[in-house]
Amino acid sequence: MLALHAGPAPAPRRQLFVGTALAGAAILTLIGGMLATWMRLRTSYLHGGQAWIPRKLIIPEVPTNVVLIAFLPLLLFAQWAVYSARRDDRTHTGLALGLTGLMGLAVINAMIYTYSQITLPIHGGAYNSMFYALTGTMTVLFVIGIAFTVVCLFRYLVGRSNDSEIVSAHALFWYVLAATYAAVWLAVFVTK
Amino acid sequence: MTTIDTHATGATVPSGSPSVATTSAEPVAVGWIGATDHKRIGRMFIGVSLTATLAVAVIGVLVTLERALTRSMLGLDIVPQMFSAYRVALIYAVLVPVVLGLAIAVVPLQLGSRSLAFPRLATMGFWTWLSGVILVIITIAANGGPNGGDKRMVEGYLVAQIIVVLGLLAAAGSLAATVLTTRAPGMNMRRVPPFSFAALVTALATVVGLPVLLSALIYNLIDYRYGGSAFGNSKLIWNHIGFGFTQPFVFVFAVPAFGIAIDALATATGKRLAMRGTLFLGFGLIGLGVMGAVTQFPADLRRNLFDQSFGTAMNDILPYLLIQGLPILGALIVFAVGGLALVKGRPRIGAGLVFGMLGSLMIFAGLLANAVYHIGDAQLGGTVFEEGNRILIAYGAILAVLGGIAHWGPKLWGRTMPDKAVMPLALLGFIAIALASFPYLIAGFAKQPADTVVFRILGDNGSITYVFDGPRQLWNVLAFVGHVLMAITVLAFIGLAVKSFTSDDDERRAGDDPWDGQTLEWATSSPAPTGNFAEVPMVASPEPLLDLKENAGRTA
Repeated sequence: MLALHAGPAPAPRRQLFVGTALAGAAILTLIGGMLATWMRLRTSYLHGGQAWIPRKLIIPEVPTNVVLIAFLPLLLFAQWAVYSARRDDRTHTGLALGLTGLMGLAVINAMIYTYSQITLPIHGGAYNSMFYALTGTMTVLFVIGIAFTVVCLFRYLVGRSNDSEIVSAHALFWYVLAATYAAVWLAVFVTK
Repeated sequence: MTTIDTHATGATVPSGSPSVATTSAEPVAVGWIGATDHKRIGRMFIGVSLTATLAVAVIGVLVTLERALTRSMLGLDIVPQMFSAYRVALIYAVLVPVVLGLAIAVVPLQLGSRSLAFPRLATMGFWTWLSGVILVIITIAANGGPNGGDKRMVEGYLVAQIIVVLGLLAAAGSLAATVLTTRAPGMNMRRVPPFSFAALVTALATVVGLPVLLSALIYNLIDYRYGGSAFGNSKLIWNHIGFGFTQPFVFVFAVPAFGIAIDALATATGKRLAMRGTLFLGFGLIGLGVMGAVTQFPADLRRNLFDQSFGTAMNDILPYLLIQGLPILGALIVFAVGGLALVKGRPRIGAGLVFGMLGSLMIFAGLLANAVYHIGDAQLGGTVFEEGNRILIAYGAILAVLGGIAHWGPKLWGRTMPDKAVMPLALLGFIAIALASFPYLIAGFAKQPADTVVFRILGDNGSITYVFDGPRQLWNVLAFVGHVLMAITVLAFIGLAVKSFTSDDDERRAGDDPWDGQTLEWATSSPAPTGNFAEVPMVASPEPLLDLKENAGRTA
């Protein structure tokens, strides 16, 4: 009788973390693709002597800067959650995740405020539709990030605190969002 | 028959595994809708996409017949929709899902894994993809899609295509995470079976490549809905999203075809594969087709290249070699490793091997044709050459996947397909692909435009100057015959597969190791049960089952 030896129980290979890293790679190429198209069209408009940004457009820069600044404490809190989860400190993990979610809400609030203040109809030009497509996609990703935070928080609140991997994956997801938003901020709100 | 202790039975599978839960008590519909067994998820992908293959071949028949006739059979309003439907369905209703489906069904078995990583994500991916495909068909049929005339349906098409992409991304992400995280103890990346490694290349390339298509779809949807200032009307949609439906991006979906051929070859020779690292490098180089999507760079050689300065010429040549040339090198490496395996052992000819090799040859022809297409002096842009090229890649990969179904069918259905009946279909499919593609390659050199039927070119439409005094209809008639033969091949294969895999005949009942295999999927029972393995097998080489057989031989 032929028999393969049974192996030891498979060592955990951080499945959720790897899955989140893959999702992060997908987000990077999604936003990267959008930014590349944005830059290409912008260049062709400017080289063709056409106006790229609609006249009289005032982009409210304060809330867009606030979003970027908000990422600093957000990432700090997300990393604090990782630190606490690894030490099995449920109270601090919950607090850090809650604060991360709060900062995430602040980010979305600032994006919505930007939309409410900007005098840019979605009709009427290449810049208009592309602006909303790009920043809208970014906002959807923020909402997904908040959802991830909420799922993470609930798992901890109901006592599944022996799994710190999801907290690491959650932090990674927000790092990716911060990096992509920084690129969007630079291309859309600074370089314009 | 090999009797082994890694058989999974309901009694011995640990209850903690998420994939172990038996589905016998749950309603049939729930079992399919919320499937978590990777074999079932894979079979769902394979079943739907093979049915779609048949539909696509029929559309191909109609499109080529339209081109061959001197008067329009379908009507000028419908023809652009037929072109769009053919192009979209060939890649996203057939090629990508059938490849991912086979990989989802087989890869965890090859890795010695009990389950797919994120199986519910993969199931959600299937249903999302299927919903999207149905919506794509509806919107294109209702005058939507690229070139469509109904604004709402064009928007609907873009939304549906986004849904399709999201579904495939979910499935590919699950597959990539499976290879990266669920391998059996001792199975490092160099010990991963060729098909699983090729599937990993495809899954990773899909994960990073499809979002670029997604970005173009989102832009086009928002812009088209609100005036089309940036990307124009529906006639221009192909200009912005076409890269996701053609070469070199579609190469990435054909990589597992080479994996099928090499895996079947290794099994058929009974010898260990040499130069596995080099083989995996070859898979990776073919997967570089993803650069076509990520860089959005045409990498063409401009016309009169050698009249240019050295610097200008190199500006063209280097990207051309990188994006169009390296996949060819990758395929050559894979063939070289396959050739070495052939030299080392005399293979037993089986359906998996024949389908896999013939399919891979066609894909290789497609890689070469793509390199020719991007030579500026050939002036092939906008001609049917591109379609012939796409058929070589897509149909070639489908042919190889049919071989994969015959090869791994015992593990999925517990039955074998009769080699004598299946292998002629491989030859028929090979002829079908040659007829469906090569005439278009020739017609491309004669400047037959891609999206126009012959009678319009020679008729009143003054803007198109396709005039060729050769046997112009012959190519289109040959391509028509090719598509008819492909439809027959797929139909016959489906019929034979259904008959064999549902047969109660003892002759069709598969043993656990019907092909005298080397890798872990042959170390469990046929069909593999939910949970795959009773105990996770320990791996000490790329061919764990061969180790076992050799040790047993020495002991005896």
